[in-house]
Amino acid sequence: MSANTKAILELAAREYKWGFVTKIDEERVPPGLSEDVIRLISGKKGEPEFMLEWRLKAYRYWASLEKAQAEPKWANIKYPPIDYQGIVYYSAPQNKASLKSLDELDPEILRTYEKLGIPLEEQKRLAGVAVDAVFDSVSVATTFKEKLAELGVIFCSFSEAAAKHPELVKKYLGTVVPYTDNFFASLNAAVFTDGSFVYVPKGVRCPMELSTYFRINAAETGQFERTLIIADEGSSVSYLEGCTAPIRDQNQLHAAVVELIALDSAQIKYSTVQNWYPGDKDGKGGIYNFVTKRGKCAGRNSKISWTQVETGSAITWKYPSCILQGENSVGEFYSVALTNNYQQADTGTKMIHIGPGTRSTIVSKGISAGHGQNTYRGQVKILKGAVGARNYTQCDSLLIGDECGAHTFPYIEVKNATARMEHEASTSKIGDDQLFYLRQRGLKTEDAVSMIVNGFCKRVFRELPMEFAVEAQKLLGISLEGSVG
Amino acid sequence: MSLLEIKNLHVKVGEREILKGIDLSVDAGEVHSIMGPNGSGKSTLAQVLARRENYHVTQGLILYDGKDLLEMKPEDAACEGVFMAFQYPVEIPGITNAYFLRSALNAIRKYRGLNEMDAMDFLPLLREKARLLEMDEKLMNRSVNESFSGGEKKRNEILQMAVLEPRLAVLDETDSGLDIDALRVVARGVNAMRDPERAMIVVTHYQRLLNHIVPDRVHVLVEGRIARSGGPDLALELEEKGYSSMEAAARTATPV
Repeated sequence: MSANTKAILELAAREYKWGFVTKIDEERVPPGLSEDVIRLISGKKGEPEFMLEWRLKAYRYWASLEKAQAEPKWANIKYPPIDYQGIVYYSAPQNKASLKSLDELDPEILRTYEKLGIPLEEQKRLAGVAVDAVFDSVSVATTFKEKLAELGVIFCSFSEAAAKHPELVKKYLGTVVPYTDNFFASLNAAVFTDGSFVYVPKGVRCPMELSTYFRINAAETGQFERTLIIADEGSSVSYLEGCTAPIRDQNQLHAAVVELIALDSAQIKYSTVQNWYPGDKDGKGGIYNFVTKRGKCAGRNSKISWTQVETGSAITWKYPSCILQGENSVGEFYSVALTNNYQQADTGTKMIHIGPGTRSTIVSKGISAGHGQNTYRGQVKILKGAVGARNYTQCDSLLIGDECGAHTFPYIEVKNATARMEHEASTSKIGDDQLFYLRQRGLKTEDAVSMIVNGFCKRVFRELPMEFAVEAQKLLGISLEGSVG
Repeated sequence: MSLLEIKNLHVKVGEREILKGIDLSVDAGEVHSIMGPNGSGKSTLAQVLARRENYHVTQGLILYDGKDLLEMKPEDAACEGVFMAFQYPVEIPGITNAYFLRSALNAIRKYRGLNEMDAMDFLPLLREKARLLEMDEKLMNRSVNESFSGGEKKRNEILQMAVLEPRLAVLDETDSGLDIDALRVVARGVNAMRDPERAMIVVTHYQRLLNHIVPDRVHVLVEGRIARSGGPDLALELEEKGYSSMEAAARTATPV
């Protein structure tokens, strides 16, 4: 074994440091899914009638899909069948009810977020970031609400939005990701328990980063949250989500839905640092991250930009996409996906060009180490009316060691001859030559690997809000547990 | 004691013995040149000194500053002051030259118990050294060696040497691929680094570099052994007669 390999194996022995469990009393429904469970969830949340009806329609649709065994099988991932009746669909910290202030929150939960580096007490917050904290199935705290409300920005849990702003929820829910969209999106529509809601009114530039921090704590539960962000005409907002989960032997299902809507000249920037528990070094446990994220550039000159750094989860299946409907609207997707040990990722984007003059940019950086399998799957579709549409795609893979894999599946469909498409792809390997060069200059092997990987991801990190770019870089260093062959 | 003592060094790559008993001592303040035909083991010797793995030392020892160099990892040797200018410098996309150099310098400073340098302190240092090597400042903000010309890459190696200030510098065929102007610039940089505390080993195939960097000693490596050692004149003699006479002599010589 070369010293390089040895040093990297030592690095691999590092543990997932977010894997602790918080001991709190939780309220949960029995495992399994039925119309009764859905009524129960909706009842517990005190939802308006239209929500329950929507959920039930979604549930019936999903049940028909399940019966037809229509769980999607096309992705380049492998996992044993999921027992949907063995999952607990609702789990909440016991004392939830309705909190008037953070003081009423279970101190254990406050401590959990502190341990995760997300202090919820507002005076200690990073300047300029408002946080919505989702613990298991419910939103436990949203900070800076009043300050945002002064500008008319609504930032609250989904439950609260359904109760206080039903007209907005009713108008936009399911308009980008309908409950019939796909198997996991249907499941989410039926059972989602909370999530974040954002509405930015006309002409308002949201003055701070909005952020949701998702934490799965309870065992045997699924997490199904739903995020809905609406940027009204001429407004702009930047939103970030982060996620972690405890170390557990069983796989846990996370099936979220995110819908973004940008009206005329509005801009939404959505950044994700996903660090769900990836499973251990032998591939045991970890989160199944089956997520549907989609944004609609409904208005002219609108823009939606997705940036994701995916280092966690046993399996990642997600394709944050843009529907470019408005004239001259812009869609962007910047992604770093890292798979290590036995992690699998099948991720990418869809850019659907409908309106004239629409433009999209895709930059995907996949890093595979250990036995990790990393797939980029991207679709660029230029419809007939998209006169002068443009797409630029860059898709790079970096291999560490010789037992991992990188796969690329670009789908390009052009129905308008005036469109311009560019596609660039590369695959490279961290070689002994590169490592030796850096070590000969005094850098330790793990620092050398980190440096090479960070350089590889730079184009994407540049898109992250400053504070989080630093976090993402650190995370990548910690998550890198490869072996150099 | 010499800064570098190589005693009866035998090195295998795979099953093939490349170095077959090298003895060499280099004192601080000296510049030695290792010359020899292709395949004689020059680069192997350089790589072993820089502690590249997959070179298997079967016999002999190397003392650097009295310490066992063969026990050191590449990064430890680097932090102890061993530097190699690479024959083929690698590219590190996305990492600027300035950031890379500062990280390297700080790794070494940390090893020696010194404070790390921040960007504000580092920049003037880098500028000063870059001026010496007539390097465009723009190269500092470009990714390491990425789309550098051959000459820029080699100058960049010498720039790194100037910033890291090693005690033992090994230049592995730094002259290859350089035109005469670049050669002069590189040589000027190397000469400026000559210091009573510092030893340099210049590995080269051709004599022309030694017109610009005049060595104290020249060693001719043939088939894994030092066939001859001498002063700077030896290089001139080689230029005239070629390596072939020495190769013939080496074949008849008894192994050390």
